[in-house]
Amino acid sequence: MAARTLINVPPKAKRGEVIQIKTLISHIMETGFRHDNVGRPIPRDIITSFVCTYNGEEIFKAALYQAIAANPFITFHTVATESGTLAFQWTGDNGFTQDASAKITVE
Amino acid sequence: MSAPTATATRRQFLAAAGGVGLVLAVRPAEATPASMKQAIRQVVSEAAVKRGKIKLDLPPLVENGNSVAMSVTVDSPMTAKDHVKAIHVFTEKNPQPNIISAQLGPRAGKAEIQTRVRLADTQSVVAICEMSDGSFWSDTVDVIITLGACLEDLP
Repeated sequence: MAARTLINVPPKAKRGEVIQIKTLISHIMETGFRHDNVGRPIPRDIITSFVCTYNGEEIFKAALYQAIAANPFITFHTVATESGTLAFQWTGDNGFTQDASAKITVE
Repeated sequence: MSAPTATATRRQFLAAAGGVGLVLAVRPAEATPASMKQAIRQVVSEAAVKRGKIKLDLPPLVENGNSVAMSVTVDSPMTAKDHVKAIHVFTEKNPQPNIISAQLGPRAGKAEIQTRVRLADTQSVVAICEMSDGSFWSDTVDVIITLGACLEDLP
């Protein structure tokens, strides 16, 4: 199941500058604590992990739990070291994986 | 002549109730439910957790607990020698005590993360950061929730 993602990375940065990265992914983040209208429990379906790599090197990783709101929004920072690609990966329950990437030019 | 006595009793009662309220308001930070304590112990094991360095930002009064903007900032130079290794956030009264566990490194440049969380009830939220020297620092915020998240069933 493909999920929509939205990544906000500045396209250009100065070398050594601290940049902010904002990520958003569409996902219901079903907690597993709720019941449907006939009383059956709704099974858990959440994103459990988020990883960001910068030219192949891991710079940020987070374990997510049920307490993260639907459509997880995560922002963090990194130092712009070189031009290249920032790759993002979300993994979750029921074999969910989603990738996204963004290019950055460092001058 | 029973009326004045009754008033005095009521006054005394209110004064006593106010006193109890004050005592409750200044309860120590460690007075948290067992599941959160256990989750925190799993992260910090036997290390002491000090207050300071980390700042947890949550609105004090939340109308809808389904999506609450949260920001965690740690005061750190983020150099190879002195940086934040991890930021963990815990809740007291959600069905499950963890919110997020983020791993950072010196390449982060700035130790600040933001996300949106679910909060089930009026409670305190605890953020703990692990520094590269192995020390742990924490911050606690009390949040009042009008409409809780997580537990409501589908209509």
